[in-house]
Amino acid sequence: MRLNTKYMGFDLKNPLVPSASPMSREVDTVKQLEDAGAPAIVMYSLFEEQIHHEANELDHFLSYGTDSFAEALSYFPEPEEFTRGPDEYLEHIRKLKAAVDIPVIASLNGISIGGWIDHARKMEEAGADGLELNVYLLPSDLERTSESIEKRYVDILTAVKGKVKIPVSMKLSPYFSSLPAFAKRLVDNGVDALALFNRFYQPDIDLESLEIEPSVNLSSSDELRLPLRWIAVLSAELNVDLGATTGVHTAEDAIKLLLAGADTTMMCSALLKNGPGHITQVLNDMIAWLDEHEYESVEQLKGSMNYRNIADPEALMRANYMKILNAYK
Amino acid sequence: MPKNMVTIDGNEAAAHVAHKTNEVCAIYPITPSSNMGEWADAWSAVGKKNIWGTVPDVVELQSEGGASGAVHGALQTGALTTTFTASQGLLLMIPNMFKIAGELTSTVFHVSARSVATHALSIFGDHSDVMATRGTGFALLAANSVQEVMDSALIAQAATLEARVPFVHFFDGFRTSHEVMKIEQLDDSVIREMMDDELVFAHRQRGLNPNRPVLRGTAQNPDVFFQSRETINAFYDKTPEIVQRMMDKFAKLTGRAYHLFDYVGAPDAERVVIIMGSGAEAAQETAEYLANAGEKVGVLKVRLYRPFSMDHFIKALPKTVKSIAVLDRTKEAGGPGEPLYLDVVSALMESFASGDLPFEKMPKIIGGRYGLSSKEFTPGMVKSVFDELTKEKSKNHFTVGIQDDVGHTSLDYDPDFSAHEEDVFRGMFYGLGADGTVGANKNSIKIIGEETEFNAQGYFVYDSKKSGSMTVSHLRFGKDPIHSTYLINKANFLACHQFVFLETQDILERAAEGATFLLNAPYGPDEVWNKLPKEIQETIIEKKLNFYTIDALKVAKETGMGVRINTIMQTCFFALSGVLERDEAIAKIKSAIKKTYGSKGDEIVKKNFEAVDHSLANLHKIEPKAANGASRKASVVSDKAPAFVKDVTATMIAGKGDSLPVSKMPIDGTWPTGTTQWEKRNIAAEVPVWDSDICIQCNKCILACPHAVIRAKVYDEELTKDAPDTFKWTKVRGREWQDNEVYSLQVAVEDCTGCEICVDVCPVKDKTNVSRKAINMEPQIPLRETERANWDFFMELPEVDRSRLKHDTVKGSQLLQSLFEFSGACAGCGETPYVKLASQLFGDRMVIANATGCSSIYGGNLPTTPWTKNQDGRGPAWSNSLFEDNAEFGMGFRLTIDKQRAYGLELLQALQADGKVDAQLAEAIMNAEQSDEPGIHEQRERVAQLEKALKKVDDQRAKQLLSISENLVKKSVWIMGGDGWAYDIGYGGLDHVLASGRDVNVLVLDTEVYSNTGGQASKATPLGAVAKFAAAGKPVNKKDLGMMAMSYGNVYVAQVAMGANDAQTVRAFMEAEAYPGPSIIIAYSHCIAHGINMAKGMQQQKLAAETGHWPLYRYNPQLAAEGQNPLKLDSKPPTRHFSEYAYNETRYKMLTKSMPERAKMLMEQAEKIAKNRYDHYSKLANLSPEPEA
Repeated sequence: MRLNTKYMGFDLKNPLVPSASPMSREVDTVKQLEDAGAPAIVMYSLFEEQIHHEANELDHFLSYGTDSFAEALSYFPEPEEFTRGPDEYLEHIRKLKAAVDIPVIASLNGISIGGWIDHARKMEEAGADGLELNVYLLPSDLERTSESIEKRYVDILTAVKGKVKIPVSMKLSPYFSSLPAFAKRLVDNGVDALALFNRFYQPDIDLESLEIEPSVNLSSSDELRLPLRWIAVLSAELNVDLGATTGVHTAEDAIKLLLAGADTTMMCSALLKNGPGHITQVLNDMIAWLDEHEYESVEQLKGSMNYRNIADPEALMRANYMKILNAYK
Repeated sequence: MPKNMVTIDGNEAAAHVAHKTNEVCAIYPITPSSNMGEWADAWSAVGKKNIWGTVPDVVELQSEGGASGAVHGALQTGALTTTFTASQGLLLMIPNMFKIAGELTSTVFHVSARSVATHALSIFGDHSDVMATRGTGFALLAANSVQEVMDSALIAQAATLEARVPFVHFFDGFRTSHEVMKIEQLDDSVIREMMDDELVFAHRQRGLNPNRPVLRGTAQNPDVFFQSRETINAFYDKTPEIVQRMMDKFAKLTGRAYHLFDYVGAPDAERVVIIMGSGAEAAQETAEYLANAGEKVGVLKVRLYRPFSMDHFIKALPKTVKSIAVLDRTKEAGGPGEPLYLDVVSALMESFASGDLPFEKMPKIIGGRYGLSSKEFTPGMVKSVFDELTKEKSKNHFTVGIQDDVGHTSLDYDPDFSAHEEDVFRGMFYGLGADGTVGANKNSIKIIGEETEFNAQGYFVYDSKKSGSMTVSHLRFGKDPIHSTYLINKANFLACHQFVFLETQDILERAAEGATFLLNAPYGPDEVWNKLPKEIQETIIEKKLNFYTIDALKVAKETGMGVRINTIMQTCFFALSGVLERDEAIAKIKSAIKKTYGSKGDEIVKKNFEAVDHSLANLHKIEPKAANGASRKASVVSDKAPAFVKDVTATMIAGKGDSLPVSKMPIDGTWPTGTTQWEKRNIAAEVPVWDSDICIQCNKCILACPHAVIRAKVYDEELTKDAPDTFKWTKVRGREWQDNEVYSLQVAVEDCTGCEICVDVCPVKDKTNVSRKAINMEPQIPLRETERANWDFFMELPEVDRSRLKHDTVKGSQLLQSLFEFSGACAGCGETPYVKLASQLFGDRMVIANATGCSSIYGGNLPTTPWTKNQDGRGPAWSNSLFEDNAEFGMGFRLTIDKQRAYGLELLQALQADGKVDAQLAEAIMNAEQSDEPGIHEQRERVAQLEKALKKVDDQRAKQLLSISENLVKKSVWIMGGDGWAYDIGYGGLDHVLASGRDVNVLVLDTEVYSNTGGQASKATPLGAVAKFAAAGKPVNKKDLGMMAMSYGNVYVAQVAMGANDAQTVRAFMEAEAYPGPSIIIAYSHCIAHGINMAKGMQQQKLAAETGHWPLYRYNPQLAAEGQNPLKLDSKPPTRHFSEYAYNETRYKMLTKSMPERAKMLMEQAEKIAKNRYDHYSKLANLSPEPEA
């Protein structure tokens, strides 16, 4: 069975790419993922705020209270060198590259242009094979228009593309007024792939303490329907690699997304829950399904049910909505 | 070879040579020498090698006694070994110093000379510590400036190896140890050249070694001890010559020539001042100035003070000398004179008696004291000494620098006399500790010192508070060498970095005519003039100052710098001072920023760059207008203050303490309590404001407030009829109160530090806006006047009747009056809430022994002190003895009380038997039950009745009893201190006192680090935490002090953390005090040295308990007597990972940035330790009590 696919210009031996998660923090875990069949790895994200925050925090606390009182002019020994967030990340890229043979895709998460260009270049120098840009922009400013937000994405993309030679993908949120138009704009500006979608961190309220509870919920298979629809639409209209990144837990999930037109079906929650070996299980199940349904390859499957290739495209759009609502009556 | 010029302070200069020339450094932190050990440790931590190519081993001991023992041991086994210390620390080394010298052992101790505590502790400099070592047999070599420190350190090291006489190499604490100077750093090749390897081998060869066994340290008897002692004489005789030879060799290598005694001034001087230490620099500057003007004066600088070479001394004096004044920076009460004076007298007399005196006749010799505890020593004072010698009858045993209106020892001097060159740049900078002024100035000195031909000097003055403290930087730059070892008197550049100082300080007092004045003001260029106090406006006009202003805080905020205005003000300084060309200066500032902040991240560098770039556009020259501002307040204290406070304390608060004469000083170090209430510091930008509508009156904010600025009272509503308009009250909650009673919570906004802990601990949330609590922060200035009136009104309201309150609850205890208030502790301090709680519960009967450390500083550092009295005039009586002896000191209190109580009862019994006192009253007193407050109250009344009666009894026994009858009422003995004391230096004593069974209460304020001296590791420092001397994270876990105390079985032990369980804390204090034997409370105290957001300190305490790091427990031996398990574990099993607590703190987190792999490894161990610790306690708490035997 030929499971190979193409994504960001890489020839991947199958579409099950582990997406950005803490699993990539350990070299050993990444090796296990490779052994289990992962065709590439997207690294955990280097967060812009984290870098700013950590640098400022360290500076603040190391200088807080210093040179104020004659007996205690400082409170900490000051090492000559600190390893900073970006350095650590670059070092980790090097370690991963040395340890595994699959493509290593670095991930940058931020909203400003400035320092990112520099980090992107350093990641390339450290050996990253590709770069995933995760522009986590949650607009709360009443004055900010959707156009200015979209422009920010495009600006970041163009700036980064101008600095690096490795392929660059963008991970998007589903909350765009016109996702296809926006996706096209990114494609026109040279994006090498789109990863759909970013699951925003969604806060909860603790009713006893009346405080916002940061909580991370793992995805479930149900959630794949959102990317499924948009992949079906985009894969029909745009010539760009698409990665599906939400709700891939089983072979069935992956196959559905491939049918809709995904080039890779990225996994995170399922691996966190079940461990690296889960990839092997999904791969085996996928082969079994493809065998059973007499497919020759993943390529054959990919996009065979996208917007253009289904008999009733409206099923993906408003009509389906009406039908479902009616069914509930 | 090009000279390597560096700008460093005296401590770094000494440490540089010490680290290069030793194999072992055994140290213990003490101000002002701590930095020497810290430098050595930091260098060894990064693998810096000595000149023989190996990294010296730097080890922190548990006390200076321990350090000197380790030094002695290392020397005796042949290692090149050194230590760094001062003051009491040096005194603790004396026993070993006698041994080291007696055994003719080569070593150099580097000492930043500091006052020995007498009537008071002082961290500042004089020679009383060094002089106390005169008898040890150590050679004493003085260095007078930062360059000399580096040079003499090497000369001493070279000399000791040949002479076999050990050396104390000393320089003045703070004045030299902390003065930043541009000096030439000795190259390794010079050091190498000075150190003779053959002598090093010989030193090693003398070490104890089982391959060639000897016995050293015998016990000798009358037959041979004396003769043995005389064998060393030849070594001492040769030492001066060896030192001079090393000085000569050094001169050849560096061009800097030194002599055992160096004479400067007129070659034909008739009047000579003899002096050693930094004062010699000021004396030289003055003598040269006067000599240039034709006066026949000179200065003899003493370098090698011991062994004292009479021969060299006599030869160094000019032949023309007719009169000599010897200046000692020490006081030896009761002696015939101070040490240097006596030595000079005896040298000249001996020479005279033997007919060898090379002068026409015996000179007149007078001696005097100057500069005790870093008292300024200025050219005006030096001149007054020279002037005194011109008098026919010169004053002997004089003092200079103070006004002695009692013994009339002092010389008058002209404070405005100036001896230094006018072309020296003299800049003064007033800043807040928190605004980074000192750091920026150190940076500026480095830039100017290292990038220009100028000589540079910086000296920094800090105030005595740990929060909201003012710093004054004194910077000099000039073409010629700078000998001005005193503060700037006439500044030609003055910068005030905080507008508020204009209100309280005479900022422009030292401005020279035509000086530049740079002011950071929160006002635009058009309005700033009108906002200035009238006195400032007048001075600007009068002295024709060039006045510039900038709103630096605005620039700081815009560029992401927060409150740190350092870079901005530094840029303005360079732009205005003209020391460097403007663009060049800016380029250099930026390169300095890169050097300073580069390791912390590009972000930090970037925002500092931006601050530099935005500064000059916001700098404005202001042309003076008419002096139309409001006048400053005449007095710094309220009219209601007691006479002593108005007279003495207020002068000190205003920064004019130097002007107070001897007659104003208490004679024996005894000062009145309750003086912080008069020092209204107004340091908080925002203060808490009470929302009476939603408050549930839990009083947690009062408990947690580190500065006792939040108080509550319950009182008759009738009393509110005279309340100021904005005074708030509400119906009191709780069934124990009457219907007519109301509750008020009041904040002392002028005393608040703005730490926000109160807001953090408030459990209430506004139902319509959960970000609001029952206490919220609001800007202070608009509230200042009204809240001052409200506070005054509140304080006039009666205190709640103590008998109506449940003392063992948070709510009840916090309505008790605090007898510890408005201390100088850090904003958000984790220690003071415990101290305050104790004062609320037991303050009216407390006597406190306080170990040296943070608590003795915020508890007893002048000008004002926080321990206070209640309406009856009762309150804690407090004293600080030393660092190491605190437990024993407190036990001494107990011994007096117990003895005098017993004696009192004996007398009472005897008087009762003879019918001289009321039998029933005597009986009641003798059998009084005083285990709780009502019992104590009743006994107090009975004893008052007895005292009244005794006054009428004509019997000597009655008089005796009257003098001690106060001890018939229970007193509560408290022994307080930090972990440095309890775990390290004082542990032996603490252990002994706990084992004594005596009724003392020990409060250990455990910050897990030496906080007061700036974050050195103690045995309380946990595994994985970074501290000085544990830069790689402490590899071993903290000592379990509580477990050790429990092992006695009869000691009450509690481990508490107020932020984790405040009710348990209050209960533990009550139980500990009630327990009729030794008690110890180990209190988790978050600290600025943890690198945390201090507003969240109580949350960290909670996490410490929830992760198992700090299990809460109480071990009460009385429960064992009742057949129960004495250990009650008050914490639940850990619910969170240790890392969740630890990584909120810089002390743990920074290791992940400096040594990530090691951080990970240590964190794994720490996780296990936290879990195991809880499990261990849990098992013990669940053991069945032992069946009775």
